[in-house]
Amino acid sequence: MIHTRRFILSAASGLALIATLPAAAQEFITVASTTSTENSGLFGHILPLFQEETGIAVRVVSQGTGQALETGRRGDADVVFVHARAQEEAFVADGYGVQRVDVMYNDFVLVGPGDDPAGLRDAADARAAMAAIAGAGAAFASRGDDSGTHVAEMALWAAAGLAPAGGWYLATGSGMGATLNTAAQVPAYALTDRGTWLSFENRGDLELVFEGDPMLFNPYGIILVNPERHPHVKAAPGQAFIDWIISDAGQAAIASFTVGGEQLFFPGAD
Amino acid sequence: MDGPFATAFSLIASGDPALMQIIGLSLRVTLSAVVIACAVGLPLGAALALARFPGRGAVIVVFNALMGLPPVVAGLIVYLMLSRSGPLGSLALLFTPTAMVIAQTLLILPIVVSLTRSVVEDLWAEYREQLLSLGAGRLRAVPTLLWDGRVSLLTGVLAGFGRASAEVGAVLIVGGNIAGHTRTMTTAITLETARGNLGLAVALGIILMALTLTLNAAAWGAGQWARGRLG
Repeated sequence: MIHTRRFILSAASGLALIATLPAAAQEFITVASTTSTENSGLFGHILPLFQEETGIAVRVVSQGTGQALETGRRGDADVVFVHARAQEEAFVADGYGVQRVDVMYNDFVLVGPGDDPAGLRDAADARAAMAAIAGAGAAFASRGDDSGTHVAEMALWAAAGLAPAGGWYLATGSGMGATLNTAAQVPAYALTDRGTWLSFENRGDLELVFEGDPMLFNPYGIILVNPERHPHVKAAPGQAFIDWIISDAGQAAIASFTVGGEQLFFPGAD
Repeated sequence: MDGPFATAFSLIASGDPALMQIIGLSLRVTLSAVVIACAVGLPLGAALALARFPGRGAVIVVFNALMGLPPVVAGLIVYLMLSRSGPLGSLALLFTPTAMVIAQTLLILPIVVSLTRSVVEDLWAEYREQLLSLGAGRLRAVPTLLWDGRVSLLTGVLAGFGRASAEVGAVLIVGGNIAGHTRTMTTAITLETARGNLGLAVALGIILMALTLTLNAAAWGAGQWARGRLG
């Protein structure tokens, strides 16, 4: 029967289609990282340099820090590159990672409506700024997703002796860019890493209203997933990436990444 | 707002290799999922229409309900299966295009099965006597009925294609939106939205819709041609 044959043919061509999906001809590692590094464009800048030097391709899966660490815990990445020091140290202590290494840092800033209803521009420090937002009941858009930025935000509320709740506190449960999109629409205050803020284009009425407190320091660490826990981890190329990113060449690559003339990340390797 | 349309046109005109790669991957993944879902779903749906067995009603209801399976749930199921810590972890398929094909197949299959069942059931009711008098048993009747219902079935297949090409939840989870490897039209749109690049995000959306429109027009044209030629 013609149609049966045709049917088998189409099934076969379907399998052929899958077979033509590009095979992993090249050596690669998988890095679980954060939305802030991907969205800012940092990886697009530094990874080609690494690949040129070593021939190793890097596949970046960008997630919130919490999700990226979970990806590492499950053995679905060779390297995690995130920013929430306490969680990173727990990751290593629990045996999922080999060692945490400092790579770079940037800082968090508070952005908000240009007319600054809570008066953050006059705040003495980050604690006072958070207290001013809560005191005024001004809208605040939170990541609410267990990301590094969310963890940092919760630490700031705790330092100010506050537990944010109420109609003014909007937990978006999404990435940094989506949260900034929300903040621009409401408009609301938001805590963001400087890198994402500088490269973010849909600012609307948002302006940078508070910066510079040492509490807003945002260090990034890199960890090789423990091959003893997950034997399939590509330890050698993974370590090569870590060695490169903390080398002079890698650190220079990070320092040379700018958006609109501004440097987004600062070398932080020892 | 001259932005998005102008951006879309200049993007296509530039032939940007990264964009072409993304479009190619999107089409390859979705078309593969459609073909596999049809290879499995057409005979399965026809069998479900003609066979009589205890629990048949329950199976039909489940397949109908699965048409509403949220893509993010389908993605999560496939993710947990393919994760290194999951039962199929040793295949190393997570964060690959193959994982995306599997997730999308899961999304399309219920549509193809349910629609095929419905179409074949109606045709069987209509031609039952005729087919039986010609000596065709239920099994032998399947190809004939599928062929007869091809125009209605094509609509179902296009609905499946539409669901797969439009979804982002599943491919984002199992593919990881890796640049140059598992980034599709929809995950690229999500990324550009997150970067606040709304103009570029809309431009990509326009290109995706243009592709979908082209494919549907081609399918419709083929259907018309087949109808005219074969009566």
